[in-house]
Amino acid sequence: MAELVLDSVSQSYGKRQIITDLSFTLPEGAIGCLLGPSGCGKTTALRCISGFEPIQSGSIHIDGDLVSRPGWMLSAEKRRVGMVFQDYALFPHLTVAANVGFGLRDTARADRDARVAELLALVGLAAHANQYPHQLSGGQQQRVALARALAPRPRLILMDEPFSNLDVELRERLSLEVRDILKREATTALIVTHDQHEAFALADWVGVMHEGRIQQWDAPYTLYHEPVNRFVADFVGQGALLTGEVINDHQVEIELGVLNGHIPVECDASGCDECVRNCHVDVLLRPDDIVHDDDSLLLAEVENKAFRGAEFLYTLKLPSGQRALSLVPSHHNHAIGERIGIKLAVDHVIAFRRD
Amino acid sequence: MSDSFADSSKTPSAGVFVFPRWVRPSGWTVFALLMAGLVLVPVVVTFSSFAQVEGDILAHLTEFVLPELIGNTVWLIAGVGLGVSVLGVSLAWLVAMCEFPGRRLFDWALLLPLALPAYVTAFVAIGLLDFTGPLQTWLREGWGITGLPEIRSRGGVILVMSLALYPYVYLIAKNAFATQGAIALEAAQSLGLSRTCGFFRVALPMARPWIAAGMMLALMETLADFGTMAIFNYDTFTTAIYKAWYSLFSLAAAAQLASILILFVLVAVVFEQRSRSQMRYGAVGRSAVTRRLRLSPALAMLACGYAFSVLAVAFLIPVFQLAMWMHEAALADLDSRYWDFVWHSLLLAGMGALGVVTAALLLAYAGRQRGGTLMTWTQRIATLGYAFPGAVLAVGLFIPVAALDNWLIDTGHIWFGFSGTEILKGTLLVMLLAYLVRFLAVGFGPIDSGLHRITRNIDEAAKNLGTSTSGLLTRVHLPMLRTSLLTAATLVFVDIMKEMPITLMTRPFGWDTLAVRVFEMTSEGEWERAALPSLAIVVAGIIPIILMSWRGARSHG
Amino acid sequence: MVSIRLVAALLAAATALPALAEEVVVYSARNEQLIKPLFDAYTRETGVAVKFITDKEGPLMARLKAEGKNTPADVLLTVDAGNLWQASDEGLLRPIKSSVLNTNVPKHLRDPDGEWFGLSVRARTIVYNTSKVKPADLSTYENLANPKWKGRLCLRTSKKVYNQSLVAMMMTEYGEGKTEDMVEAWVNNLATSPFPDDTKAMEAVAAGQCDVTLVNTYYFGRLMEKQPTLPLAIFWPNQNLKNKAAGVHVNVSGAGVTLHAKNPAGAQRLIEWLSSEKAQNLFADVNLEYPVNPKVAPDKTVAAWGSFKQNLINVKEAGSLQTKAVKLMDRAGYK
Repeated sequence: MAELVLDSVSQSYGKRQIITDLSFTLPEGAIGCLLGPSGCGKTTALRCISGFEPIQSGSIHIDGDLVSRPGWMLSAEKRRVGMVFQDYALFPHLTVAANVGFGLRDTARADRDARVAELLALVGLAAHANQYPHQLSGGQQQRVALARALAPRPRLILMDEPFSNLDVELRERLSLEVRDILKREATTALIVTHDQHEAFALADWVGVMHEGRIQQWDAPYTLYHEPVNRFVADFVGQGALLTGEVINDHQVEIELGVLNGHIPVECDASGCDECVRNCHVDVLLRPDDIVHDDDSLLLAEVENKAFRGAEFLYTLKLPSGQRALSLVPSHHNHAIGERIGIKLAVDHVIAFRRD
Repeated sequence: MSDSFADSSKTPSAGVFVFPRWVRPSGWTVFALLMAGLVLVPVVVTFSSFAQVEGDILAHLTEFVLPELIGNTVWLIAGVGLGVSVLGVSLAWLVAMCEFPGRRLFDWALLLPLALPAYVTAFVAIGLLDFTGPLQTWLREGWGITGLPEIRSRGGVILVMSLALYPYVYLIAKNAFATQGAIALEAAQSLGLSRTCGFFRVALPMARPWIAAGMMLALMETLADFGTMAIFNYDTFTTAIYKAWYSLFSLAAAAQLASILILFVLVAVVFEQRSRSQMRYGAVGRSAVTRRLRLSPALAMLACGYAFSVLAVAFLIPVFQLAMWMHEAALADLDSRYWDFVWHSLLLAGMGALGVVTAALLLAYAGRQRGGTLMTWTQRIATLGYAFPGAVLAVGLFIPVAALDNWLIDTGHIWFGFSGTEILKGTLLVMLLAYLVRFLAVGFGPIDSGLHRITRNIDEAAKNLGTSTSGLLTRVHLPMLRTSLLTAATLVFVDIMKEMPITLMTRPFGWDTLAVRVFEMTSEGEWERAALPSLAIVVAGIIPIILMSWRGARSHG
Repeated sequence: MVSIRLVAALLAAATALPALAEEVVVYSARNEQLIKPLFDAYTRETGVAVKFITDKEGPLMARLKAEGKNTPADVLLTVDAGNLWQASDEGLLRPIKSSVLNTNVPKHLRDPDGEWFGLSVRARTIVYNTSKVKPADLSTYENLANPKWKGRLCLRTSKKVYNQSLVAMMMTEYGEGKTEDMVEAWVNNLATSPFPDDTKAMEAVAAGQCDVTLVNTYYFGRLMEKQPTLPLAIFWPNQNLKNKAAGVHVNVSGAGVTLHAKNPAGAQRLIEWLSSEKAQNLFADVNLEYPVNPKVAPDKTVAAWGSFKQNLINVKEAGSLQTKAVKLMDRAGYK
């Protein structure tokens, strides 16, 4: 199991730049995730790492070994990188056991059988060893694909949208299972997805990608609560941006009151000082930053609501007409149009400068 | 626990040097170009005929022969195209999607007409249905009924060719429906379309590229056909080619006409492949488990009756007639030499099928490794041989081989005192090359579409698991392509068994086959005596067809 | 054993092995069943092996041409004079001087320059339905153009060389214009579209679809052998004419020595033997044809059809006019 390092990797098809200056480090044994909308270059990044695409600049190291640089790449079959495909790409002519054992060709038969049995047990498919892929459900096929990729003990596992072919319920259950399996095998893994729930459920490290660049590479918690730019803020998690004015470097005033804390406005080369006073910003409020409080004097009108079982997600219309989201325990059932009391509960103030 | 990656090198030298895309050297491209070059040999020889002016003959043909026969050819193509589509698609749909008595039997039995040369079906059809045949005689003498439609007519030739060639469409469409018919139909039904409507609006359009692929094979064979047309005395472009050669003694004029035919086919191929390129979109990774439609008892009997009628007319009746003739006349011809004929036929068809399938696999593989315009055109040209009138192709290949032989003989004579008259041309090599040129299209179709059904992810999954390129072929692609390979081999095998002009022209001394025997008898009008070798061809063709269906049904691909 | 043969064939062993005994190589458009018995007899008698390959004339001649001086073929054997004339015209044959052949083969059945020789005679004659036509109604080929035969005539396709040479013979007497009119009139008299072979045409006559047709006699013989009760009979046309078109049209199955023959003497001996009395019966009888050698009587079945006057124009003339005849028939709409 090994560390994965991408350093300023770029890749293009003809004149079209697919990924630009991609850098991140995935520590040994960690699960990383590239998160982004379709077309952001995350799958290409995965294919560069797996050895199916050459790179035009930068370098890729696995376990300290150089595997790709401009003009040269270690061929895919020699990288010791396992891959789980979106459509699983199971070999239809082979049984489940033979699929899993496929990459263990050079292993002694007894060892191979033992490893296959071990992995099938790990993914809970020991009873299906002699069935063919088309006899399995989607979730089972997914786990066979994972077991097949894990079997040769690769240095790194790559997964391309591993759950996109499954229904939502299965997706959540399986992503936890997969994390468990990867951790038990102590595998370094990089997963590509457009689904942040998947990313958060699986990953130790998440990189949000947009237009071929990594916008932010961080732990999920940091990503959610301290997004570095509007794209990350918008793409990761829900929330609303409210206009605010910076009072000083630890206070910002928004419609709902003054927020105290460090104001990490985006700084340019000339520093942040310029914007200490009377500077217009947008402040990110997550649904959990606004709490329902019947006693509060601050009132907002319920414009929409979505029932989520344990809680409601209310879309609130503030007196100024701006909108905000609030997550409220579900026994507080308010009708649309009702005005309810709210108060702020902000840990980190996230503000983006308005231009 | 051993580590399967343990031996992989960590030094950069174990990697791949990455060329810019456009200069990446490729053995695949070279191979594909070689194959196309081989097919181009007879094409070039044929086109080179334009060096010789045959104005007189061409002017005559243009004035008195071509106008009518171009019309004839267009009608024939349109009619046979429609005929093979209707028969092939309807039967494929019934067998793939519906449950009715005898379905499992019809599944493979409906392929049997492939084993029967079209000219045999033609002769039997005329023998039974013409004025002098038993049906009309019985109606006329027993009931005084006359004025039945003439079998020796445009309609008759279209009917016979459709019956003989529908299995190409049937075979390919059946596979298409089996893999995606159920999904298509369920999707259509969920949108409120009736089953009938779903068939016409969803399943049929989805299978269109496959149907076109099968139809293309049938039409190329129709265009190149001489034997059946001669029996119907139906003049087509190809009969004019033979007229120019055999009756007007101008091989050059014949070759010039053949060139025009080839150009026409090339254009058609381009159109067909445009439509076929959609197959990539249509390919489904996972096939749904097909749940067949349960037909009402009346409909089920109707389906069974329909399938049986087609099988009877296209195969059972002709074979029965052959058996009668053989019983009457031909057993006297059965001597020990027959084992040689059978053996030669099987050997040539077997070697030919092996060669064609290997070349077709490599050519299709080359396309997978290296796409692009050059490759597309290379593949198109490499598969043109099927539309060549057989004898024109044979002579187009024989002329350069003979020239090469003459050069070798002269060189051999000067340097080694060699004396002899044949080096290459007396060998099976020439025959096998000619079969390769002629039947590459037949082998290429099923293999190429089979290869398209294997997703790229499958390749990459295998590579990630440490498989080399050759391992990918032997451990993944070949097993997954088993059905396609078997189909291709069967089609080519059966075609070679029936093939006449190339076999006649390029066979070494003493290498007579069953098809040669059929030629000897039929060209003297001795149909009864041709029954024995024809039946032997049918029997030899049935075996791989049954084997193919049996293996195909068991495969998981 | 199998693999040895295979390797031998693949490696062109045929050429590398020295011939143990004398050998003659024949390219034959006459089919195997009609020629092999003769070659077998020749080998039995002389010990000379005959190697042969069968195909249509067109491919055989293309093959000879492409092989040039390295052709293995010593003899070219065809079933009509047109193709022999064509082979000689393209310089594929060599003239031979043979008193044996000049004696055995009548003058009008061989090439004046000695490049090829007829070996059996194929007579093209009229066959009629005995219950519908009286022999007195029949006279000549030309007469079949008479409107009284409207809807009563059946013909084989014009693509067959026998019809082409018949029309060519007519052209030697009547010229293109008149012959074309005659062929056009034939076409107008047709009861149904032309048949792919003579047998089918005769069956149509027997079934009453039409009344008369033109066929080579051996097809008549074969059909009657199988179905002796058919109401069919032969009529010998053009017996009383005095012009060049007089007599029944005959074509030949014949042979010549190739220009680049490796064993020209052996080739000549084979052809001479084929024209000899003992071979002639076998040659003609195997297919119910007429021997060329006047000293040899035809088969009993054939003789029973009666004797007739042959057309005496050299078959070469018809051969040389064959392409013109084909074009004429195209113009006349004879399919």
